[in-house]
Amino acid sequence: MNKALKIVVLAKQVPDTRNVGKDAMTPEGTVNRAALPAIFNPEDLNALELALRLKEECAGSTVHILTMGPFRAADIIRDAMFRGADGGYLLTDRKFAGSDTLATSYALSCALRKIGADVIIAGRQAIDGDTAQVGPQVAEKLGLPQVTYAECVEQVKESSLIIRRRLERGVESVECPIPAVITVNSSAPEVRPQNARLVMKYKYAMIPTEIAADPESLAAKMVSERDYLKIVELTAADIVCDEQQLGLTGSPTKVKKIENVVFQAKEAKRLSASDEDINELMVELIASHTLG
Amino acid sequence: MNNIFVYIELEEGVIADVSLELLTKGRELADKLGVKLEAVVIGHNVAGVEVELAKYGADTVWVADDAIFAPFRTLPHTSTLCGLIRAEQPQIVLFGATPVGRDFAPRVSSALHSGLTADCTQLEIGPHKDAKTSKEYENLLYQIRPAFGGNIIATIVNPDCRPQMATVREGVMRKQEAATPAAGEVKAIAWREYISEADLAVTIIDRQIEERKINIKGAGVIVAGGYGMGSKENFKLCFDLAEVLGGQVGASRAAVDAGFCEHERQIGQTGVTVRPKLYIACGISGQIQHTAGMDESAMIIAINNDPEAPINKIADYAITGDVNDIIPKMIKYYKQNSK
Repeated sequence: MNKALKIVVLAKQVPDTRNVGKDAMTPEGTVNRAALPAIFNPEDLNALELALRLKEECAGSTVHILTMGPFRAADIIRDAMFRGADGGYLLTDRKFAGSDTLATSYALSCALRKIGADVIIAGRQAIDGDTAQVGPQVAEKLGLPQVTYAECVEQVKESSLIIRRRLERGVESVECPIPAVITVNSSAPEVRPQNARLVMKYKYAMIPTEIAADPESLAAKMVSERDYLKIVELTAADIVCDEQQLGLTGSPTKVKKIENVVFQAKEAKRLSASDEDINELMVELIASHTLG
Repeated sequence: MNNIFVYIELEEGVIADVSLELLTKGRELADKLGVKLEAVVIGHNVAGVEVELAKYGADTVWVADDAIFAPFRTLPHTSTLCGLIRAEQPQIVLFGATPVGRDFAPRVSSALHSGLTADCTQLEIGPHKDAKTSKEYENLLYQIRPAFGGNIIATIVNPDCRPQMATVREGVMRKQEAATPAAGEVKAIAWREYISEADLAVTIIDRQIEERKINIKGAGVIVAGGYGMGSKENFKLCFDLAEVLGGQVGASRAAVDAGFCEHERQIGQTGVTVRPKLYIACGISGQIQHTAGMDESAMIIAINNDPEAPINKIADYAITGDVNDIIPKMIKYYKQNSK
């Protein structure tokens, strides 16, 4: 019988980078999330699935989502609850705006200290930045070991997990003491679909801000009577943190310049099949060291 | 002091190409800054590695050599490198954007509280003026990378924290031996002072390394064929061109489904993602499912008999004509000009 684990999944609501519009960037060079369709970051769904499987193996375990973002990021917490998560925490504050990966990891690590977790599971990377930095940085800030590119938990031991991870070519099994941070690869099992019974149960789950927006609504009244529908909202003031390390101020990296690629449609150089054209092309490729 | 560090990645004792590419770039940056280029090797049985590193411009080769460092584990590597960085105070540290680099570089950056830019495609040195404070900086590292699914190119700087750190994907930069080899002076890293018992907490139980079969991911040049190649027989032209150019053969899903080549070569959403220096798309129309797996290629040449083929929208060069005519010409003129 495995012991019950408190599992927290780090997830991110991301702009769907396959559908980027013109207002995607602010003049300051940060992302204008309000102008973009928002989705559950794909690898965070793999992370959720790994968490739910671990929960099933260890009776009495819980899975909670922790996400940092604007109010509408509560959507991904609800989505996770429809798939089997027990609840979640939305870390939201203007003070977090403009955070780079280090400032993000700092805020998340402070929230995790408050929440407490035996196992922290995140997607390998988010599709809006592709940095894959937040998982390892959260681990470092909490002084925990990390296992990256995980595909599955092979065995649960008394105070450690045996985890299979994907290497560049091949796989590796490692034994890692818990608490620990695990990042999950897209090659891990896909997330289970939403469950109709859970959708019915949790469809009114809300953060306090959403309740406050319409406190007389039926939904708001239901939430006030049922604790399991309450999604926790955390601000910078709710977590013990050094505000100098948050947001733009806490970010060592600064965006100097942004160039838009999408809207400067590249004009291909047109060539014919003639010997002259092909010869000229090969000369160019060799001269520019693209070839040879 | 305040030199440039390049973390050297070893795969079963062999230096990864990306590390040599970074040394080449690091040499250029070090010369511009008037500082030394220092390679950092953390592994086991690495004696002699300095010879190759010196050829690529490493003035110094820092070495930590012990069984605990191979195979790679996050914590011993992190503590060793952090200790060395604290002692030597480099201004720039570069890593390959490999699974290893992407695992431990963020951890190093967090421990040192310094910024790290992932997957840079270009690195330059230049000045910077902070828009808010008007403070001016000289000789910062411009860390240039695509972001947002490749929709934007961002230049990132790290004005106030040191070291400035970046990872770079394999194949993005050119590797070239230095005109004159550098000294490659070996220095031992005092890693025993940096590592604690807790760093050894994660243990590797089992490792299964697959044979490198078809490796189109790491190829600098990819010749990809589509349904427009017409037949399995004609598809062989792709192999001919790839062989001459020292590249690998890829394929669109339509070509794989038609049985022109093996599934391992499929590029795109349901296949592998590649970003070679040069991608030659032969008879590929350019559906998004395919281009999603190759549109970050540094240069794209499209050969198609349809001048309006979607692939031409992302191509640098669009050749209109018959692949069966054009590919042999490319082989012929490459051979003529490369001598």
